[in-house]
Amino acid sequence: MNETQRSVALTVDGRTVQVAEGATILDACRQLEIDTPTMCFADNLTPVNACRVCVVELEGSRTLVPACARAAAEGMQVRTDSERVRHSRRLVLELLASSVDLSCAGEALQRWQADYGAEPERFGPSAPAAAPGERERQHAGHHAMPDGSTAATVGQPAKVEDDLYVRDYKRCILCYKCVEACGEDAQNTFAIAVAGRGFDARIATEYEQPLPDSACVYCGNCIGVCPTGALMFKSEYDHRAAGTWDEERQSVTRTVCSYCGVGCNLELHVQDEEIVKVTSPEDHSVTHGHLCIKGRFGFQFVQNRPDKP
Amino acid sequence: MEDTDLIILWGSNARETHPIFFHHVLKGIHNGARTMVVDPRRTSSAQWADLWLGLDVGSDVALSNAVAREIIAAGLENRAFIEHATTGFDEYRRSVEPFTLARGEELTGVPAEAIRGLAHAYATADRAQLCWTLGITEHHNAVDNVLALINLALLTGHVGRYGSGINPLRGQNNVQGGGDMGALPNKLPGFQDVQNDALRGKFEAAWGVPVPSANGWHLSQMFEAMEHGDLTTLYVIGENPAQSEADGERARALLSGLDHLIVQYIFLPRTAAMADVVLPAAASWAESEGTVTSSERRVQRVRKALSPPGQARDDMAILGDLARLLGHDWGTPSAEQVWDEVRSLSPMHTGMSYARLEAMGGIQWPCPHDRHPGSPILHDRLWRVPLEGPAAPFHALQHRPPVDVLDDQFPLRLTTGRTLDSYNTGVQTGGFRSPIRTGDTVDICPEDGRRLGIDDGERVQVSSRRGALEVRARYVDVLRPGLVFMTLHFPDRVDTNRLTIDAWDQKSGTAEFKATAVRIDKIAAPAGAAH
Repeated sequence: MNETQRSVALTVDGRTVQVAEGATILDACRQLEIDTPTMCFADNLTPVNACRVCVVELEGSRTLVPACARAAAEGMQVRTDSERVRHSRRLVLELLASSVDLSCAGEALQRWQADYGAEPERFGPSAPAAAPGERERQHAGHHAMPDGSTAATVGQPAKVEDDLYVRDYKRCILCYKCVEACGEDAQNTFAIAVAGRGFDARIATEYEQPLPDSACVYCGNCIGVCPTGALMFKSEYDHRAAGTWDEERQSVTRTVCSYCGVGCNLELHVQDEEIVKVTSPEDHSVTHGHLCIKGRFGFQFVQNRPDKP
Repeated sequence: MEDTDLIILWGSNARETHPIFFHHVLKGIHNGARTMVVDPRRTSSAQWADLWLGLDVGSDVALSNAVAREIIAAGLENRAFIEHATTGFDEYRRSVEPFTLARGEELTGVPAEAIRGLAHAYATADRAQLCWTLGITEHHNAVDNVLALINLALLTGHVGRYGSGINPLRGQNNVQGGGDMGALPNKLPGFQDVQNDALRGKFEAAWGVPVPSANGWHLSQMFEAMEHGDLTTLYVIGENPAQSEADGERARALLSGLDHLIVQYIFLPRTAAMADVVLPAAASWAESEGTVTSSERRVQRVRKALSPPGQARDDMAILGDLARLLGHDWGTPSAEQVWDEVRSLSPMHTGMSYARLEAMGGIQWPCPHDRHPGSPILHDRLWRVPLEGPAAPFHALQHRPPVDVLDDQFPLRLTTGRTLDSYNTGVQTGGFRSPIRTGDTVDICPEDGRRLGIDDGERVQVSSRRGALEVRARYVDVLRPGLVFMTLHFPDRVDTNRLTIDAWDQKSGTAEFKATAVRIDKIAAPAGAAH
């Protein structure tokens, strides 16, 4: 909070907190160190309120409100630990985990699953994965009624279309972050959008074109914001497939991109002397976490070696 | 950039060549800024613009003069700023007087109404940013082009204020830092003049050796000196001039004629393959420690993440060994120790300790002491009352068209540039397989293609007064008739610099990569080919 900004006071779980005008309930929760689950929120993107896992109870509001998007206001009374909040968050986590492969979604999600007592298995075993292209051909209103013996799933084969990154939509929770990063929040290329409706909804290129034929410019900013590993460097995908991906053995070194003069900061994720992934710090004023194709993927020249085919 | 009202990109395709800078431009656009792009090609940057000024290659001074004349004729110049902070306005005003809108249109190919539109928008904007890249500087009159844009900023007062400034967008991650560190023929680190006895004396005292007091040569002068036999040994660090110099055949002939060529490089591109001695070097951004300076004068740390392969070593260690063999023991200082020496000798860097660079995410020079926050705005002194330092001079400039003239034999204007996923001679970007790489082509507009009887995708011969090559033609919709485009990214397959001219600017030494006269011919079917 700087001295030119006004502040507002609100109460969260009985504790009063001052935040800058324009800050969200989530900012207030973070200031109070209240662990608030988020999936579709990122500091460098505009909130889209897609996942609903951050909902809180706001006095005077009929429904639960998303903490990530609701601006804090003077005198607000917020509860983050009521049974209603816990129940809602638990159900969101269960529905996501029953239908999506969240095994690459990070430690925080596992912690929230445990904290909220999520039991995704109560919806039954997963339905079989879709065949290639099957989900793209499905349309709302043209489904057989499920018999309830299995949990519906977005399971499907990964789309491996080039050497740079993989779209593994069995891991996609439709948080919209990739769409926002490709769109107005960062890259402004608009190569992808949400297509289809209801449970058929999915991230798609125009007319389901393969990525290399689409408008994609391979900045990889979608990978940078993906919370579940649905979008992944090909190098990470290959390592995981081979069972050699080991974050314990990885170091992260911050340096500056070797190409143009903008001065983008790169975080080089290195495992066994090999760059396996590149990210950029969200809190840096030059990149805000975003890169171009050269910064994201142009590192390979330092490790094309005769002894490493 | 986010908070400005007007963004002008002049000779810059930032959407492709500075993509993350363009993110900031896009934020400005979303916040309501108007955008104007001056570029012979209707680039992907121009496609975001409210107004595109598609000028003829090399007519930038004429366009600037016409813009200035219109601003003055409309009474929109910033009188108060001109009187407070500038000199030479009257002469400048007289020099632009002949450049009416009609004359401007005639010289530049830009419709008078578009020139007027840019002039009025720029002069009346509360805040305006004027940005340029190599479209301004890769000309035989590079410095004039830059001065022409500075004239406009001085005329309107769009300099040295928050949201108003002049921004040369640097093309390489440390081209600014190279200059900062004295990799210029006339400067010591911190842009301290080598001919100034007091400044040079400071370095001599610190280093304990005399420093030559005469200016050295810039790259273009070095090649001239090779031609005259005045330069017989060359030590190249991290450059690939055999492929990156204009008029490549001449450059390679001169390099081959050297008595001794030493190349320090991370790979063996063509220049290194020609060398007598190759010193394998570490990649500075990922295999060693140090700093680089970005386009916005921000000094940032680069760090070692990988061990260099094989016998490759840090540039600094190689230089240290070389110095020792030449009789000077520099010890084995760390990158930070070398940086601290820079800070002790270069006042603009003095406040930039490694600790502060870490803590602040980089610092913009000048930063003269260790409590200084750095300088996001460089020229704010021009607004101080009374004025701090010298007034900024206007420059009266003549329109001097490209050296390589178009005629019946070479009727097409070839201009060169970068594409989004590739970089310079491709040494680095050749290392990854980009799904969007279009490869080596000569881009032409469909009208020219049809007129010349050349199909989209057909292999053709492109010739200039210096050389010829074969390449695939590609129809694109961003070029006007008479203008063709090639990149320099694939020199092993298509050596574009066989075509380019080494006419260079006498002040900056930059060659005119942007303006070559060429012809395009169909390739005759090989004799005896069966049909």
